[in-house]
Amino acid sequence: MDIIIIVSIGIVASLLALIVKEQNSSIAFFVVVVTGIIIFLFILQKIAGILLLIEQLGERANVEGLYIKTILKIIGIAYITEFGAHLTRDAGLSAIAAKIELAGKIIIITVAIPILTAVIETIISFMPGG
Amino acid sequence: MLSEAMILFQIAGIGMIVAIIHTVLKQMGKEEIAQFTTLMGFILVLLIVLGKLSELFQQIKSVFLFQG
Repeated sequence: MDIIIIVSIGIVASLLALIVKEQNSSIAFFVVVVTGIIIFLFILQKIAGILLLIEQLGERANVEGLYIKTILKIIGIAYITEFGAHLTRDAGLSAIAAKIELAGKIIIITVAIPILTAVIETIISFMPGG
Repeated sequence: MLSEAMILFQIAGIGMIVAIIHTVLKQMGKEEIAQFTTLMGFILVLLIVLGKLSELFQQIKSVFLFQG
């Protein structure tokens, strides 16, 4: 019944944010931030279990550890980027949110460079006379 | 989980109390002190939120294998 807990926390937080916003809008934003953090922390424990399963499957399938680690890192960067971008967009700063998303994409590409080079090298080795 | 949710009520409570103190001080004609209380309430909440945020980032780092 985790979903009921999360949904009720979200509803309570939105009510609190609405009430506080009339008096003190900056603290209402903090309420929103803390709600995001609490829900994220709650979800993170479940994600850890899923990632453990993925790692074990990868080991059993003899996938190279570097690749799985890179993929996990990319997923982590994507989650953090999304979190930050949504928070900044909620605060009304969509320009900064767009920049955060851009930075996330570029950092993901930088992290994925080893995989990209491996793919390109494999393709080149397939080419005749390459 | 419940203790986590208590932080929400804590922050909302701080916000309301600070707003009330602000209004009272403003009625008394002490404009600067009212501004100062609002700032202090903001900093107090900021400290709580920063603690939670660093906890979240530590968890993300440990879950998603960020060593470097």
